[in-house]
Amino acid sequence: MMKWYQAIIFSSALFASNAFAAGSGDVVLKHKDWSFNGPFGTLDKAAMQRGFQAYREICASCHSLDYIAFRNLSDLGYSAAEIKAFAAEYDVEDGPNDEGEMFVRPGIAADRFPSPYPNDAAARAGNNGAYPPDLSLITKARAKGPDYLYSLLTSYKDAPEDKEVPDGMYYNVAYPGQLIAMPQPIYGEDVTYADGAPTDVSAIASDLVYFLTWTAEPSLEKRKRTGVKVLIFLLIMVGMSYGAMKFIWADIKKA
Amino acid sequence: MSADKFSNPVVRWIDHRLPIFTFMDHELNEYPTPKNLNYFWNFGSLAGISLVIMIVTGIVLAMSYTPHVDYAFQSVERIMRDVNHGWLIRYIHMNGASFFFIVVFIHIFRGLYYGSYKAPRELLWILGVLILLLMMATAFMGYVLPWGQMSFWGATVITNLFSAIPMVGDSIVTLLWGGFSVDNPTLNRFFALHYLMPFLIVGVVILHLVALHRFGSNNPIGIDPSGPQDTVPFHPYYTIKDFFGLSIFLSLFAATIFFFPNFMGHPDNYIPANPMQTPAHIVPEWYFLPFYAILRAVPDKLGGVLAMFGAIAVLFILPWLDRSPIRSGNFRPIFRIFFWVFVADCVALGYLGGMPAEGIYVVLSRVATAWYFLHFLAILPLLSVIETPRPLPQSLSKSVLGGTAMAGAASAVKEKV
Repeated sequence: MMKWYQAIIFSSALFASNAFAAGSGDVVLKHKDWSFNGPFGTLDKAAMQRGFQAYREICASCHSLDYIAFRNLSDLGYSAAEIKAFAAEYDVEDGPNDEGEMFVRPGIAADRFPSPYPNDAAARAGNNGAYPPDLSLITKARAKGPDYLYSLLTSYKDAPEDKEVPDGMYYNVAYPGQLIAMPQPIYGEDVTYADGAPTDVSAIASDLVYFLTWTAEPSLEKRKRTGVKVLIFLLIMVGMSYGAMKFIWADIKKA
Repeated sequence: MSADKFSNPVVRWIDHRLPIFTFMDHELNEYPTPKNLNYFWNFGSLAGISLVIMIVTGIVLAMSYTPHVDYAFQSVERIMRDVNHGWLIRYIHMNGASFFFIVVFIHIFRGLYYGSYKAPRELLWILGVLILLLMMATAFMGYVLPWGQMSFWGATVITNLFSAIPMVGDSIVTLLWGGFSVDNPTLNRFFALHYLMPFLIVGVVILHLVALHRFGSNNPIGIDPSGPQDTVPFHPYYTIKDFFGLSIFLSLFAATIFFFPNFMGHPDNYIPANPMQTPAHIVPEWYFLPFYAILRAVPDKLGGVLAMFGAIAVLFILPWLDRSPIRSGNFRPIFRIFFWVFVADCVALGYLGGMPAEGIYVVLSRVATAWYFLHFLAILPLLSVIETPRPLPQSLSKSVLGGTAMAGAASAVKEKV
């Protein structure tokens, strides 16, 4: 029979493998108790709406959101009419039409968020050679994504005396190597929320984390809700199959 | 075994001409199985079910996936976002690979501890090692398909290994790539082969089962059943036990899929592949880490590649390295200690494979690699000579009694083998 310490060897094999992904060296992360953590986690719709506003007013001038279409915003609690209005604020290139010409029209719900730059090279050229990454998947594409993003947005500091910060670089203790090409994006009171929620640096950063956690995985809430149901089913199945097994094996003398 | 045991006339008509029902009755229903199998014997059927899960989800994913460098990453995100329940199918497939390897690794360690590779089950074991090899090739190519950063750089690192082969190495790499770097032709052929190889695995699994049913399962005592009193029919006794094991497995699997689906993945693979930017640490999926550690432990490139493949190759000849006639580790006091040291060594290799190749990690990797080969090439052959096994019980049924009745049974088993 397997002893407890042997079981630990087996399971530690699993966890050891993930240790490297979690600790990416020299960064200082802040940990927050996000509402989407845990098996019963949910996304806060009001926070996501505020984060959406902050994205549009602060991030969207440099960062694209390629995998999100306006229609997806219904997940945030917006009505079809509101979504139509958001989409119409953007100009979208379409075509070619019957004359073979490309043309510009107002956005519709089925369009994806237009990118702020026509291509990657233009994005680099507009940002000192540093490429502003697409934000759709950012919280999944970084170790401990939500904490990382929150820390990054709130950890701009004056560099210590002995640290040389080159021109066009900024000091941030949450970024690997501490030197990041993105200037501090949030200073506080950068946006005015309709619901009167606080607009200090950490509040806006937190709202953005909610919004970008949703963009990274729109099915997150559905996944967790389905998971609870599936596990209830499976645990009942475990109990019943155990009972059936004991019943069937009852007449066999265990060797 | 005549056809009249079936009451349904249609079944009887078919079975007379095509004895498929007799075959199923023989192999799945009355198939005599040792009655003392413990839960470690659940992992064979779990591996088979994992294979089926992977094939079914994989075929569904292939319906929405685009094997092209410009669209692969997007098509995976489209599956995650726009395909009905695509996120579920993809998370099952992604984590299914990990769970398949967990199950197969436990299955292999069970075989190692209970001596399931010993006569007359050598070919059964060898077919199993072949399945492992095919699984590794399939999993490696599958990981390339989402075309994220780790997909691309993992493929670059691993395919480059073949360039270490003298004379033909570079040509082999060009052939694998379909060009001069990992690019669209590589992705296309990997997709084609990733779709093909699971069906090769199915073929070898069938041979594995044929070999298994020739002599039946080994068991924790490691002696052959001496008669019907030592066995039970497979159905219902082991169908229900396998079903119970399956429900536990599915619970753990589902908890992972629904609550931390990306735990065993690497965040960098959610960044689209970029040939111009190398990730800080290139690491393979966790199930390759022990082999990756062995690869990096050897300072010479060709030596490292040989050691890595040698780590699998040595499993093929294991039945002839461990000559002890006693199968079960329960009756081999010294083997038993070395077995657990070996398990710890494999876990250590897995840990070291995920660490950067620098400082103390390099030294530890070399020690752990040396121990891996020492275990198979020196310790096991030596133990078969010097170890005095504990006395074996006379039969599976009497194994609970203990005491003097068993003295001398060990030599009896030796004669039989």
